[in-house]
Amino acid sequence: MSSRLSGNEAVAYAMKQINPDVMGAFPITPSTEIPEYFAAYVANGEVNTEYVAVESEHSSMSVCIAAQAAGARAVSATSSCGLALMYELLYVAASCRLPITLACVNRALSGPININHDYSDSMGARDSGWIQIYAENNQEAYDNIIMAMPIGETPSVRLPVMTCMDGFITSHAVENIELLETDAVRKFIGEYNPEHYLLKKENPLAVGPYDVSAYYMEHKVQEAEAMKAAKSRILEVAAEFEKISGRRYGLFEEYRMEDAQLALVLIGSTAGTAKAAIDKLREDGVKAGLVKIRVFRPFPGEELARALAGTKAVAVMDKSEGFSANGGPLFAETCSALYNLKERPYLINIVYGLGGRDVRTEDIEKVFGRLADIAVTGETHPAYTHMGQRSREEETV
Amino acid sequence: MASNDMVEIRWHGRGGQGAKMACLLLADVAGLEGKFVQGFPEYGPERMGAPITAYNRISEKRCTIHSNIYYPDYVVVVDETLLDSVDVTGGLKEGGAIIINTPSSPQEMRPRLQGWTGKVCTIDARSISEEILGRNLPNTPMLAAAVKVSGVLETGRFLTNIEESFKHKFADKPQLIEGNMTTLKKSMEEVQLG
Repeated sequence: MSSRLSGNEAVAYAMKQINPDVMGAFPITPSTEIPEYFAAYVANGEVNTEYVAVESEHSSMSVCIAAQAAGARAVSATSSCGLALMYELLYVAASCRLPITLACVNRALSGPININHDYSDSMGARDSGWIQIYAENNQEAYDNIIMAMPIGETPSVRLPVMTCMDGFITSHAVENIELLETDAVRKFIGEYNPEHYLLKKENPLAVGPYDVSAYYMEHKVQEAEAMKAAKSRILEVAAEFEKISGRRYGLFEEYRMEDAQLALVLIGSTAGTAKAAIDKLREDGVKAGLVKIRVFRPFPGEELARALAGTKAVAVMDKSEGFSANGGPLFAETCSALYNLKERPYLINIVYGLGGRDVRTEDIEKVFGRLADIAVTGETHPAYTHMGQRSREEETV
Repeated sequence: MASNDMVEIRWHGRGGQGAKMACLLLADVAGLEGKFVQGFPEYGPERMGAPITAYNRISEKRCTIHSNIYYPDYVVVVDETLLDSVDVTGGLKEGGAIIINTPSSPQEMRPRLQGWTGKVCTIDARSISEEILGRNLPNTPMLAAAVKVSGVLETGRFLTNIEESFKHKFADKPQLIEGNMTTLKKSMEEVQLG
């Protein structure tokens, strides 16, 4: 079914089709519309979800944890400082192995206070034990949330899933979208029948008790193994999803990478802008390509190394700072993924677009210009820069 | 960087005037006609009355670019007072047009447009909306003017399709549909092409 929806509308509509048991709801820009639209579905009787309006995101995630532990399917949506306020509970959800689904509409963290897009919120939560899947546009945001439960709920995984989309750029942009029939969505996600849950009288259990040192590490290793297992499960679910939608997904998307010598690695809506720039550069004979990271947790390190093995120079573009003084989080992951390659491409890191700073095709072309120089000279210094700094007389991309 | 078959429109308004809604409605109706569309707002600090910008891309092929629009084919100014504070003609393509909500004529407006030499169109969106809708709701007249001037959608089909869109949007307030439809039609007649 063809329609036109914003990213937020698309995610709310997917949640309506899923008809989860519980939503923990607290509004924050730019994700507010998701619980708002969903509240209307509840009020109109279009879903039979228990809609729990709470006083903070700490509580909305607590609601999800309690509901999921009781054997229900729970969802929530948040952004920026809302995700930060959930921080403690994100770890609890993951370590209790509760496959909650959270729509994260990415927005810069304060301060300075800013409502626009970057990944400082979800990148801060990257080590919390949640699966993270990022969308380029409204279609992917819709598709990803439908794939979230079959991924997270599978017994070998049992981890919560955060589906991320770019605040405003995707969440508030109306674009064409293909929607699935509700019956097809419900059949795809199936019934949730967890093996263990709080209210199972045959096997009562406690959730989240103190874990002594003698066992804590075993539990963390199990969690780590689950995250490793998630990789193949994500691909299985993608293959199943292709059968009902015709749309193909992997751990990342390779765009014109077959013979690419110069490549970008980045996340989200900038990939679309980069594709347009790459098409133009290809017309001029530049062997440019793109790897758009879709799944950041688990990180597809080996696969990414294979995808980049034939390139000469690569720019990793981070839309969050990280303050490591050594490059952004995507750069750190990409560096370690490439380390064991015998012949590695030159690698630079460009931090860009913080707090919603717009990125244009011209900006992407400049990055490829620098990569072309690096491919010839081998000079990567400075390897970690910030795009478009207005205070510098001469901008280094 | 748009391809030739793409029309790009930039809206300038103030928070609360409905520029974003008009932009999203245009995207919706154009999408209903089988076009590929984008309609998206750009916000500064959220408050009533602050300048906001919204953008439309309408094309025959899907556009993957997700940056703002710097070289629009058309500019729609929903609030005349923005002419004093925002560079509304910035990047406007030579063959394009600017459409302004004002009781003044295109000739009267031209000297306020920083040397813009292309087409200037005006419409008194305030009066039209106050007369028909009983309130100053300039976005509906500006949407009609944008469609008429840009020719991005055939006007007859646009009116048929937007009525469908209104039926959905105003499902719980059907009394609003007739007034909005009358406003659209009258605005298409009244927009002055300079």
